[in-house]
Amino acid sequence: MSVTAKTTINIAREEISDSSRGYWREVFQRLRRDPVAMACGTLILLLLAAVIFAPWIGLQDPVTGSMIQRLKPVGTPGHVLGTDELGRDMLSRLVYGGRLTLMLGLLPVLFALVIGTALGVFAGYAGGIFNTVIMRVVDVFFAFPSILLAIAISGALGAGIVNSLVSLTIVFIPPITRVAESVTASVRSLEYVDAARISGAGPLTVVRVHVLGNVLSPIFVYATSLTSVSMILAAGLSFLGLGVRPPEPEWGLMLNTLRTAIYIDPLIAALPGVMIFLTSLCLNLLSDGLRSAMNVKD
Amino acid sequence: MLTYFIQRLVYVVPVALGVSVFCFLLVHIAPGDPLTAVMPIDATAEQQAAMRAAYGFDKPLPVQFLVWLGNALAGDLGNSIATGRPVAGEVMRAVGNTLILAFAASLIGFSLGILFGFIAGYFKDTPIDRAVTALSITGVSVPNYWLGIVLVVIFSVMLGWLPSTGAGPGGSSAWRWDVEHLRFIVLPAVTLSVVPMGIVARTVRALVGDVLSQDFVTALAAKGMGRAGILRHVMRNVAPTTLSVVGLQLGYLLGGSILIETVFNWPGTGFLLSNAIFQRDLPLLQGTILVLALFFVFVNLLVDLVQPLVDPRIKRT
Amino acid sequence: MTDQQGTDLNASPDRGGPAQPLVIARSLKRYFPIRKGLIGRRKGAVQAVDDVSFTVRKGETLGIVGESGCGKSTTARLLVGLTDIDSGDLIFDGDKLGATLTHKELWAGVQMVFQDSYASLNPRMTIEDTIAFGPKMRGVAPQQAHAAARDLLARVGLAPERFAARYPHELSGGQRQRVNIARALAMRPRLIILDEAVSALDKSVEAQVLNLLADLKAEFGLTYVFISHDLNVVRFISDRIMVMYLGEVVEIGPVESLWKKRAHPYTAALFAAMPSMDPDNRTEVPPLTGDPPNPINPPTGCRFHTRCRFAEEVCATMKPAARPVGGEAAHMAACHMLDPQSGHTMAGARGQEMADG
Repeated sequence: MSVTAKTTINIAREEISDSSRGYWREVFQRLRRDPVAMACGTLILLLLAAVIFAPWIGLQDPVTGSMIQRLKPVGTPGHVLGTDELGRDMLSRLVYGGRLTLMLGLLPVLFALVIGTALGVFAGYAGGIFNTVIMRVVDVFFAFPSILLAIAISGALGAGIVNSLVSLTIVFIPPITRVAESVTASVRSLEYVDAARISGAGPLTVVRVHVLGNVLSPIFVYATSLTSVSMILAAGLSFLGLGVRPPEPEWGLMLNTLRTAIYIDPLIAALPGVMIFLTSLCLNLLSDGLRSAMNVKD
Repeated sequence: MLTYFIQRLVYVVPVALGVSVFCFLLVHIAPGDPLTAVMPIDATAEQQAAMRAAYGFDKPLPVQFLVWLGNALAGDLGNSIATGRPVAGEVMRAVGNTLILAFAASLIGFSLGILFGFIAGYFKDTPIDRAVTALSITGVSVPNYWLGIVLVVIFSVMLGWLPSTGAGPGGSSAWRWDVEHLRFIVLPAVTLSVVPMGIVARTVRALVGDVLSQDFVTALAAKGMGRAGILRHVMRNVAPTTLSVVGLQLGYLLGGSILIETVFNWPGTGFLLSNAIFQRDLPLLQGTILVLALFFVFVNLLVDLVQPLVDPRIKRT
Repeated sequence: MTDQQGTDLNASPDRGGPAQPLVIARSLKRYFPIRKGLIGRRKGAVQAVDDVSFTVRKGETLGIVGESGCGKSTTARLLVGLTDIDSGDLIFDGDKLGATLTHKELWAGVQMVFQDSYASLNPRMTIEDTIAFGPKMRGVAPQQAHAAARDLLARVGLAPERFAARYPHELSGGQRQRVNIARALAMRPRLIILDEAVSALDKSVEAQVLNLLADLKAEFGLTYVFISHDLNVVRFISDRIMVMYLGEVVEIGPVESLWKKRAHPYTAALFAAMPSMDPDNRTEVPPLTGDPPNPINPPTGCRFHTRCRFAEEVCATMKPAARPVGGEAAHMAACHMLDPQSGHTMAGARGQEMADG
């Protein structure tokens, strides 16, 4: 009896996981038919691989350079992408810089996704006074343009990687909370939630089984659309001197320190910006592809 | 209608209050003692206490907030730590220049954005549409502080057509509407207009495509209405949402200009902010952020109040 | 909850005996406040259900009819405990909700089938998981719950081997509504509220589902509250009919008596609006015109007086009490014309008409 019980439970579990696997497989298949999204996804993956494995792919030291090697042009032997104003290898600095820029760009969205989803789903499902309090506070944060909010918090906290992470996370919590609240409220009014309630399931179970599964994908897609903004903001903070401190390589900071070099070698000076631009373009296009791939079902 | 106006006005009060609380707290979340910058290093404990009392830092936080709010309402935002001058005056001088830049950028960004969006939506799924879509996604993906540098490289360094920094000849910060000064605004305004242009074009494209696929448009065409007439109907349906997106972007221009002003040394609030950041001049930071955020709130209120003019649905409620 | 050692779910026992009505609704009230402004000052309330009393007997089908916005759906949600009752009592088989009966216990006896067959199924769950979810929440072992779900699927006419693993969007409207019925049945309820459950279906599918409902009722010994705006369907399935207008009950009675007498002018007008298939039986009573009045500020006295062709002064000032129609206590209507003492000029004649049948 207990053996059969176990096997049936396993079968049941397998069916459940199979069904959710089915959904993601469907999304992935639609995504595969979207050449733009696939190309961007591949580029992002390559970039991620490069920055993660940066110490092991034979790059030069990104923080020490030699003064006689300053501002060598692109294509110099030994320095494929040239050197910066302190004679440091640009290729190495761009790869290591991507490390910090991507981290500062992506982590805040991830943190905000977790916090904002929790707040928004709670506000949307609980309603009433909880909803009012949370959403009114969110309204206040919406009174700040995102860049202004980031600069305000970072400016008060001072420069530094952690402070940047904190300020950008705070910037993205309100919009994610608002989206999570609105999708949760609309799912909550659907009758299958009523049906689940009258089956005697407690609020936590109803949220976990019936609400989360149906609100996570729109929230997630929305969060992916924020990654590009987040990265531009993160680099922007460093550009202003509010993020990463020299001599650590970071794209926004590199852009700032290389500004003096635009009269000597504009191409070198533009390189970090090209990286920010390309990465943010890929993130945007991938997010668009994901949005259309996930929306087909409903 | 009147209730709508009153509702909007009443709604702004708590938001503005929340904004002030946030700005007030900025100084208090800053690490370290806010007085270290002005306190002599060898100050005795008594002197320190006296100074604390003079600045009101010995009182509980809510009392400090009320005092601060009262001063702010009276136009006193404290004194800059770096220059010792009143923050309010510095900010007001800079805000004018920021508004001029934002105004020029919105003129470029919104007109092009609406135009491109309309064309793309009207010719949906044609090469024209794809070109506009590519342009708008580029617009929202480009870090504009970098675009500014690129434009300077091309148009100032390489071609020598336009000045690279400043707001007027000889480093003058007094703006005048003449050709000499306008030459200085071209590059920063174009740079600043790229993001709102992309966003507006995207929104308008989606809206126009949506409206055109609705049954009433088919009915109008079936009735024999010409292309111009149909376009007029489309415009009226697209206007309300476009207006609110434009309003939101107008506010974002105020914030977005911070980085652009740094790139072009434009003597506006962004310039002020980056100075405040470098010198850790917290009162200046606080005052500038407060004024800019309240401006943003005000612009949004204005958009809400204008909304009924283009959206007849609001009038009826 | 009695015996549930991880086995099958048992229907909650019949405690009150056959004479005890399954449901007694006593002066149920539900107002939806309309909040305005920033702090949400109360600016009035939609009187969705106002002082509604009725009983549901064991084993019967009670049909509820009325125009949209008359409070039928709110009544349904009150009966199943999805909407809180502002005042009044809901007594299920002798136990009062909130006193000797918890919501959980109520849900062990009452289930509901909603109008929108798609919105009432979780799009991310297979239909077998959906049906098994409720019993599992009640402590039934997963394998029993899933086996029972497959049995129920077969019982509502969906071959489990073909349908169990499907998602709602892969089913037709009629199939989805069968799933919803199976989901309700899986909880082994004694009462099922069917809120416009067949209204969105094609006529042919509707007939099949109605037949299925009739079969299931006999097989499981169920009681139905059947809400619909389609009078023919209600007549087909119901034992008794309750007519609602603007949040109030205006008439309630056995199908045939109510169908024949139509004692309340609103009932008469509502039924007159039905197209007749018989050319000799053309509409005599003029059908209703206009929309129902605003439920925020309902008319004084009899709420129907603004649209009633028999309305007199008394109708605008005094609320009529429910009175037996033609001396028959099972058939009640709230109209001044049925009360000889009301002062309505037609009171005597109308009363006689009803008594003659």
